[in-house]
Amino acid sequence: MKRYNEDAKLVPVPSTNIIPERDVDKSPILECRHLGIDFGGLTAVDEFNMAIGRTEIAGLIGPNGAGKTTVFNLLTKVYQPTRGTILLGGMDTAGMNTVQVNHAGIARTFQNIRLFSKLTVMENVLIGLHSSMKYRLPTAILRSPAYWRQEKGARERALELLSIFDMQDLAEHEAGSLPYGAQRRLEIVRALGTNPSLLLLDEPAAGMNPSETAELMENIVKIRDTFQIAVMLIEHDMSLVMNICEGICVLNFGRIIAKGTAKDIQNNPEVIKAYLGTRKEG
Amino acid sequence: MFSTIVSQVINGLQSGSIYALVALGYSMVYGIILLLNFAHGDIIMVGAYVVWYSMSNLGLHPVVSMLLAIVACTLLGMLIEKLAYTPLRSAPRLSLLITAIGVSFLLENGFQLIFGAGAQTVPTLVSGPSLSLGSVTVSFPAMLTLVVSILSMAALTFLVQKTKLGKAMRAVSEDMGAAQLMGISLNRTISFTFAVGSALAGIGSVLYLCAYPQASPTMGSMLGLKAFVAAVLGGIGSIPGAMVGGFAIGLAEALVSAAGLSVWKDGVVFAILIVVLLVKPTGLLGKPIVEKV
Amino acid sequence: MSVSKRRAILSMPARYAINGVLMILLVVCLQALTASGALTGYYTKILILVGINIILAVSLNVATGYLGQLPLGHAGFMAVGAYTGGIFLKAVDAAQASGGQYVFYVIAAIVLSGIVAAVFGILIGIPALRLKGDYLAIITLGFGEIIRVVITNIDSVLGFDFTYGASGLKRIPKVTNVLNVALCIILTCLVIHMVMKSRHGRAILSIRENEIAAESCGVNTTYYKVMAFTISAFFAGVAGCLYAGNLGSLQPGGFGFMKSIEILVMVVLGGMGSMLGSILSAGVLTVLPEALRGFSEYRMVVYSAVLILMMIFKPTGLLGDYDFSLSRILERIGIGRKPQKKEAAK
Repeated sequence: MKRYNEDAKLVPVPSTNIIPERDVDKSPILECRHLGIDFGGLTAVDEFNMAIGRTEIAGLIGPNGAGKTTVFNLLTKVYQPTRGTILLGGMDTAGMNTVQVNHAGIARTFQNIRLFSKLTVMENVLIGLHSSMKYRLPTAILRSPAYWRQEKGARERALELLSIFDMQDLAEHEAGSLPYGAQRRLEIVRALGTNPSLLLLDEPAAGMNPSETAELMENIVKIRDTFQIAVMLIEHDMSLVMNICEGICVLNFGRIIAKGTAKDIQNNPEVIKAYLGTRKEG
Repeated sequence: MFSTIVSQVINGLQSGSIYALVALGYSMVYGIILLLNFAHGDIIMVGAYVVWYSMSNLGLHPVVSMLLAIVACTLLGMLIEKLAYTPLRSAPRLSLLITAIGVSFLLENGFQLIFGAGAQTVPTLVSGPSLSLGSVTVSFPAMLTLVVSILSMAALTFLVQKTKLGKAMRAVSEDMGAAQLMGISLNRTISFTFAVGSALAGIGSVLYLCAYPQASPTMGSMLGLKAFVAAVLGGIGSIPGAMVGGFAIGLAEALVSAAGLSVWKDGVVFAILIVVLLVKPTGLLGKPIVEKV
Repeated sequence: MSVSKRRAILSMPARYAINGVLMILLVVCLQALTASGALTGYYTKILILVGINIILAVSLNVATGYLGQLPLGHAGFMAVGAYTGGIFLKAVDAAQASGGQYVFYVIAAIVLSGIVAAVFGILIGIPALRLKGDYLAIITLGFGEIIRVVITNIDSVLGFDFTYGASGLKRIPKVTNVLNVALCIILTCLVIHMVMKSRHGRAILSIRENEIAAESCGVNTTYYKVMAFTISAFFAGVAGCLYAGNLGSLQPGGFGFMKSIEILVMVVLGGMGSMLGSILSAGVLTVLPEALRGFSEYRMVVYSAVLILMMIFKPTGLLGDYDFSLSRILERIGIGRKPQKKEAAK
């Protein structure tokens, strides 16, 4: 396995560069310390140290196979880390599983869209809102007032969320029948339904044309401003990343090779060597 | 006491070898197209009927009948694959599974329709000297079963490891798409896999008849189920696993009988299945499959 | 943010009222027909068999069509329910009871059978549902067979006659009639429908569609898999009790792998995920062999051939995952709101 240049200059952790001014008083929403995972003999991610501010839009970039989605999988406990700690709002997530981590406040979208295809758009979002409804099985069977109240509330909330992307009219459409871009947006809406404090977006702009990408950029910032949450994106589309990400982390072969603002990254020789010299992928 | 255990162990090895031969068919087919071929056990039943029919009604020599049965099983396996499974190659696995169940039903009920539900006695197939080990007698069928099974398994291992077709089988099991890109004919390889698996089942059928000379329409179903448990125990998709699993199940049954609990035999086999699936679902020698997120 | 809301012309209470009236009508009709003797004993028997199979198919559909798994041990739960009901009814000597006490015993038997089967559902579900796909199918098959073996042999372990093993549990009071089967069908379909159209049902469906995504949305997949499995087992137990009360005697051999497959075939043929499909195909597949009695020898062969052809040519079953909705039908006719087009332009 090729090792990166140990002598390359890295931006130290944590850095006030990465936490936007508005968040400087508050502690970061996410802190990863020495996070790593081995699959048998293969070290997929190693020494992943990063902090994200409460309302920061952070970017995770790197060539294909660098380990970016693996980092997401570690954060959401699809894989349990071999070493290191993940602190979410100061709380250690060790030993949690995917469901618990979602209840703690991390939501995500997937590189290959994972929608509930045969269900309607509304039902997809309602599943995102699953935990916000509290009624139990007997209530459901007997259809007591709590059922009607909570379902109505959830539906209204779902329509509100869908209106972020102007999708409320598609509520009764089958999710699998939507065009690709709409499916990606639906995934984001569903993730927002889980009321996260950190939203992980895995290649949200994949397959989108420039005007859709521009809209997506606006929408991500709008989401961050409205919900006051942190967003971390994995992306290959550099225009998106450089435009909206306040802090960027560059991964190669499972290790961070650079961290900083867009300007820092663009001028970092290691990054240019490893990655930025190539044409846009995807 | 000791001699009871030893004779039970020999029984266990005998039935274990038959389970192993049948389990190999299950494992090979699962390894290549990820199908639990429920119809596999019934191929044994067909083989048994072929032997019975050719000996009783056609008056053929036992050895000829046995060879005929093995050929019939091979052809039947290939036919089922061509007619019922090939059209569903890209269908969801559930459809394939249900089709396999349908084929199994069809065979059992079809033969019941033609020959009646009762058992047909098969005339003695082989006779030979038995071996005496002190107070334990090893019957000729038992020796024959062990020898033939081991030879068959050795031949199979050679086939899979050393020949081109064997390599093709392994390639298709690993990655169907890549194998095709390497110029391997998918249809031919899959047909061949079914042929070999069914031939082994045919051999198993014939050996079974040496010990229990009866043919009935439902004889394949419990035998098939237990061989299937053997395949899972050893690791479904693994050829050495099927062999290990077969002997293990055979011995387990024998020991349970030796302990005087033979009514619980079936229960023990399925209990083993459950323990394996809970503790190590990929079986003793199987490889885990990781889903990419 | 302006949100446009749809207003259904047919409000929810109105829909429930219509459905309720239809069901009461059905029950009254059946009861009248039976009581007046217009339905001879033969047709009553068929109706009861159809009814029991409907409950079996609809309950299995919860774990296959809705949860998306392939349990092959459904007959095991049916057996547990059947023997629970049978042993209970014999123990309380329900045959000698009358009036209110009799009704109480029958209801108690049915409920008890469901509960015991549900307990087995939880016990088996928790370990089994950690596995997926083929492995789940195999392990449930194993559990189903073990239940059969245990029922056959448990008396020797217990030291007294409990299940009467292979010789069979006999002289069970014949408490099953068209009315209580119909009531049980209605209850089964109602409860399952209520569950599926709630957040719990959606959670179950989400597991079928994409388990990893469901987990990432905070759906406790282990809990819901066991829930679906247990609901499925409960109603299988209910059906088992009705079966025992119909036949009057039980044999462990009748609850093996074959029986599980028969029920699975009904669900698959009707369309997995379609309650109406399960109901219709249970009806057809029970009635057809009876109607073809003359050709009974050929019927299993034809049955198998149909199954194979069905899988090759129409694998989604007769009704796919179409679920019956009165309001949707009324919409199509033109009453109520305009129907939504399901396919958006790609």
